Amino acid sequence: MIDDADPNAPRKAWMGLLARAPAERLAALLDARGPRPAMTWLRTPELGSVMVRGRAGGTGAPFNLGEMTVTRCALRLPCGTVGHAYVQGRDKAKAEAAAIVDALMQTGAAEAVRRAILDPLAQEDAGRREARAARAAATKVDFFTVVRGED
Amino acid sequence: MYVAVKGGERAIGNAHAWLAEERRGDTAVAELSVAQIREQLTLAVNRVMAEGSLYDRDLAALAIKQARGDLIEAIFLIRAYRTTLPRLGASIPVDTAAMACDRRISATFKDLPGGQVLGPTFDYTHRLLDFKLAAEGAVPEAPLRAAESGPVPHVAGFLNREGLIEEAPQDDTPPPDLTREPLAMPADRALRLQALARADEGFTLGMAYSTQRGYARTHAFVGELRIGTVAVEMDIPELGFAIEIGEITLTECETVNQFKGSKTEPPQFTRGYGLVFGQTERKAISMALVDRALRWQELGEDDQGAPAQDAEFVLYHGDNIQATGFLEHIKLPHYVDFQSELELVRKLRREAGADAAKEAVQ
Repeated sequence: MIDDADPNAPRKAWMGLLARAPAERLAALLDARGPRPAMTWLRTPELGSVMVRGRAGGTGAPFNLGEMTVTRCALRLPCGTVGHAYVQGRDKAKAEAAAIVDALMQTGAAEAVRRAILDPLAQEDAGRREARAARAAATKVDFFTVVRGED
Repeated sequence: MYVAVKGGERAIGNAHAWLAEERRGDTAVAELSVAQIREQLTLAVNRVMAEGSLYDRDLAALAIKQARGDLIEAIFLIRAYRTTLPRLGASIPVDTAAMACDRRISATFKDLPGGQVLGPTFDYTHRLLDFKLAAEGAVPEAPLRAAESGPVPHVAGFLNREGLIEEAPQDDTPPPDLTREPLAMPADRALRLQALARADEGFTLGMAYSTQRGYARTHAFVGELRIGTVAVEMDIPELGFAIEIGEITLTECETVNQFKGSKTEPPQFTRGYGLVFGQTERKAISMALVDRALRWQELGEDDQGAPAQDAEFVLYHGDNIQATGFLEHIKLPHYVDFQSELELVRKLRREAGADAAKEAVQ
């Protein structure tokens, strides 16, 4: 959901998309553009956990539900642009690819990167969601009342 | 008294080697891959993630393979691994109202916005063994239907509008964390919910069932049960804003319970809440019933002395790793402890024998 009022909304959207993307697909799309850009690490990929919180009753006070694995990293392109990644799971190569794309999206290459990497990822992500939603919709109950015999 | 005893290294090494061989089983049968466990034993994977308190499907599948299918052993492996991970932060509380639901049912309202969506459920199956599964074969594709894109509001929201149910107003008190501070009594609701979310499914089910049978009855209806995926967002300090870091499957159950009212509250429905990692609906329903039973004090209900009302009893005995650790340690060498017991019994018997002999003489 892109919030027009939020200047960070586009970056939030692509970072979320990159976090959800299948690792092999992200790497394949990134490498299909040609060689990866030169970069220096600001933080090499690091594995950790994030405590996931819920709310009592869905809306009330927060509580700690349990942790999930997350990998993060940060890198800098030769032009000085910094890319960050926080992605679910323990895949360091995926975090690296996500941080490279995050950095490239802040450069003049953004439009080309969007077309080559983000658009296909977004389309596939929407496809997976729709496929699941359609299966769920097929299990929705259509109630009907059985007509009873009248005297 | 604990005394280190040397010896047994060779026997232990050989036992581990044999364990590895037994884990593999008959080598004429193809070996299970971690991916097969992850994809085909999903509900076992979900239970290990929920009670291991770490959402990572590949790790849970690996733990199940390593534990030879012993889920409590697998949960133990996940809990041990979890402690090696640096904590990068805490998420923004997940928004379950925005869940992409695979399943969403209500036992209290037939017609509700979003409808009754059954999802991939065992309900309505005949519980007859399906011998077709013993033979390999293609699975027919599940039918599709155009999905309506609209919000799927929580059922409790409808009752809220009439004031018939207690509200759960938003509150942003940072919750206590029993993985950082040992569980201590009295435990507030946030701490109880954390402990219940990772508690043993069987224990939680037994406790919940006891409330249905009359040990602190709470007259629970499943107001809503929903299973699906939610986005996990976290504030990233180096960015200065929150981003989505991934997506997890959750099961949420909200019960609607009878409440006669108290001195300060008019009669209205009250709520129990269950939220668990993965598709784990038996556990989520059980959690909601136990959560509600544990709220007796806050709702001004009577202490019936029922086990499910006793937070200390429930929370300290629901953790299967603590329980199995203490239970199973008694099979490890206690030679010296037992030696002293043996000495004591011999001494008592000698004294009793001496007394009996004296009595015989008199």
